[in-house]
Amino acid sequence: MTLVTERPPGDVATADVPRRLSVITVAAVAELVIPAVAAACLVGVAFALAGLGTGAWMGFVICWSVVFVINYGVATAKRHGALVAKDRLARLWVVAGSLIALSVLAWILGYVLLNGWYAAFGHEFPSFWTHDFSKGGVLDTKARIGALHAIVGTLEQVGLATLVTTPLAVLAAVYLNEMPGKLAVPLRVVVDAMSGMPSVIAGLFIFIIWVVPRKLDGFSGLAAAMSIAIIMMPTVIRTSEEVLRLVPGTLREAALSLGAPERRMVLKVVLPTARAGLVTAVILGVARAAGETAPVLLTAGGSPRLNLNPLSGPQADLPQQVYSWYGTAGPASLHETWGGALVLILVVLTLFVLARMLGSGRSNRARNTQRRLKARLKFLTIRRSSQA
Amino acid sequence: MTTTGVGAASAVEVDDSPRAIHSPRSRPDTLFRGLLFCCAALVVVLIAAIMLFLAQRAWPVLRTSGLQFFTTSVWRPGNPGQYGILGDLLGTVTVALVALVVAFPISLATALAINEYVPGVARRVLIMLIDLLAAVPSLVYGLWGVVVFDNLVNGPTIWLTKYADFFPLFRPGPGKVGRSLFVCGLVVAVMVTPIITSVSREVMSQTPREQCEGALALGGTKWGMITDVIMPFARNGIIGAALLGLGRALGETMAVTLILSITGSATSHILFAGGGTVPALIVDWYSQVGPGRGLDALTLAGLTLFALTLGVNVVARMIVSRAGKMA
Repeated sequence: MTLVTERPPGDVATADVPRRLSVITVAAVAELVIPAVAAACLVGVAFALAGLGTGAWMGFVICWSVVFVINYGVATAKRHGALVAKDRLARLWVVAGSLIALSVLAWILGYVLLNGWYAAFGHEFPSFWTHDFSKGGVLDTKARIGALHAIVGTLEQVGLATLVTTPLAVLAAVYLNEMPGKLAVPLRVVVDAMSGMPSVIAGLFIFIIWVVPRKLDGFSGLAAAMSIAIIMMPTVIRTSEEVLRLVPGTLREAALSLGAPERRMVLKVVLPTARAGLVTAVILGVARAAGETAPVLLTAGGSPRLNLNPLSGPQADLPQQVYSWYGTAGPASLHETWGGALVLILVVLTLFVLARMLGSGRSNRARNTQRRLKARLKFLTIRRSSQA
Repeated sequence: MTTTGVGAASAVEVDDSPRAIHSPRSRPDTLFRGLLFCCAALVVVLIAAIMLFLAQRAWPVLRTSGLQFFTTSVWRPGNPGQYGILGDLLGTVTVALVALVVAFPISLATALAINEYVPGVARRVLIMLIDLLAAVPSLVYGLWGVVVFDNLVNGPTIWLTKYADFFPLFRPGPGKVGRSLFVCGLVVAVMVTPIITSVSREVMSQTPREQCEGALALGGTKWGMITDVIMPFARNGIIGAALLGLGRALGETMAVTLILSITGSATSHILFAGGGTVPALIVDWYSQVGPGRGLDALTLAGLTLFALTLGVNVVARMIVSRAGKMA
């Protein structure tokens, strides 16, 4: 009552209108646009006077950005004070930074898609997927060439590596998380060390112990698979361990208190609960390995012919073949280079999407766990994938 | 009634002695544990064997070349030959530092955008896109770098050497413009952006929300909240994130091998063709040095690089985990 009487009568209506927190006003837009235009004019005149010409567009952009930021900062500071000016400049930085990151991504993906389309889905469409490159050097326009040999090679090599790595890595992760013993500390140390290892070293290692002793006949899908396995192992162990850690301890205790022996507790409760997460962990490892170039470059040997047997004879795979297409034949095989790159990206992205979908899949048994797993896996997806 | 009571009391008397709370492990359980132990042991032995093997191959070169291996840039394979990787080491560090300097502000901006500036759906899309950036194989970045990006940078480079040559790094060099350590650094920057973004975002999102809201409620600006609440909380994590990115940048192979026109000598003209990095050295020479000392020298070069990345990664992980514990 007192409050109402104290208020000036004319002010009541406006005071009760809810205030909008973020509004784009004409003034705010003008405060942004005018400094931008002013900076453009200023730098343009300066460049014209200095005779720098139109070729220096990048220099223009750099100078314009600097002048614009100064203009904008000073103008806002004059009108609203230093605090607001700092806030606006920070917002400018945040927006510009994330736009740069996104535009580079769009640029790269767009470029690969545009240039790879010709080979992968355009003119060479069916044959690119069904023929090998054994007629690649032939100057016959009707000769059918493709990347089948490389696709088969990648599938076989990564498949072999996965077969070897998965059981070993998952069981090692179970050891680390469920019943750690004396080996837990050394295991964690070596796995941590390995996960930061530059991938080229794995390739060099297999090259030295496997390929060289066989007088360079050791180039094979198997050698490539071994080097891929070295890259995959630490990734899969670390991700699996983090997934297992998310299984609630109460589930384990419930199993044990019902009288289940340890092995049943692990096999029937822990692993099924974490199944989706473990599959994700493995797929992440596979996706990472499939895109690796340096190790397979040193070990697979490469061959334009389709070689179905990974155990003997040099074999191509996608990264290695793309690299050699780019390196050897020059502009003539640029179509193949980008086509191969596009297929490679598609393979890796498919695996990632698969990992994401499985990682976020729900089971009735532990919906809660799955939800937490999902959040965690999103983070892991990117972190693991970016580790060399 | 009384009789049952007496019976119960006597039963208690019998069971009262303390008993072991661990039951002996059954044989299948012991076998299961054994299996797990064997797997763990196998992994440890395999990895340890790899390390020992590499070290054993590298040792003779280290003994004969000594410090010269790290202080000269002459790479003349043969028996005994001359091996020095100073230029490549410096090149590796240069590329990584350029990448970090470029990627860090962009990553931090992206992380802040995701955490503080972008609402709802757009935020999820942004996270997904940054994940996508991490999923692209490094070979593709390398191809893009050499085919598209290198040409694009050439113009501005010439402009810089013409009008900004007062700055030491922009002085005209001996080689051609482009295919340079600087271009490699820029491309590697694109590759490390997602990792720095995701790790620093994770750490910043652990800031207690009520403190952030408190800062805003006191009338602070968003930037004020970021500098006074989030940054003090997440500083260590962000530094760790940058170091993780640095470790990744140091080991990057394919992008550099594709882009750089490698000379292997130390160069301060980072805008011009020339220089080299350790991974590129390995990829360039592995098939040419022959199975003798040349390979051993390459192994030593690889191990040196590994030691470098390992050191950076260990420090980074320590910092990040300490930042996590504070939360």
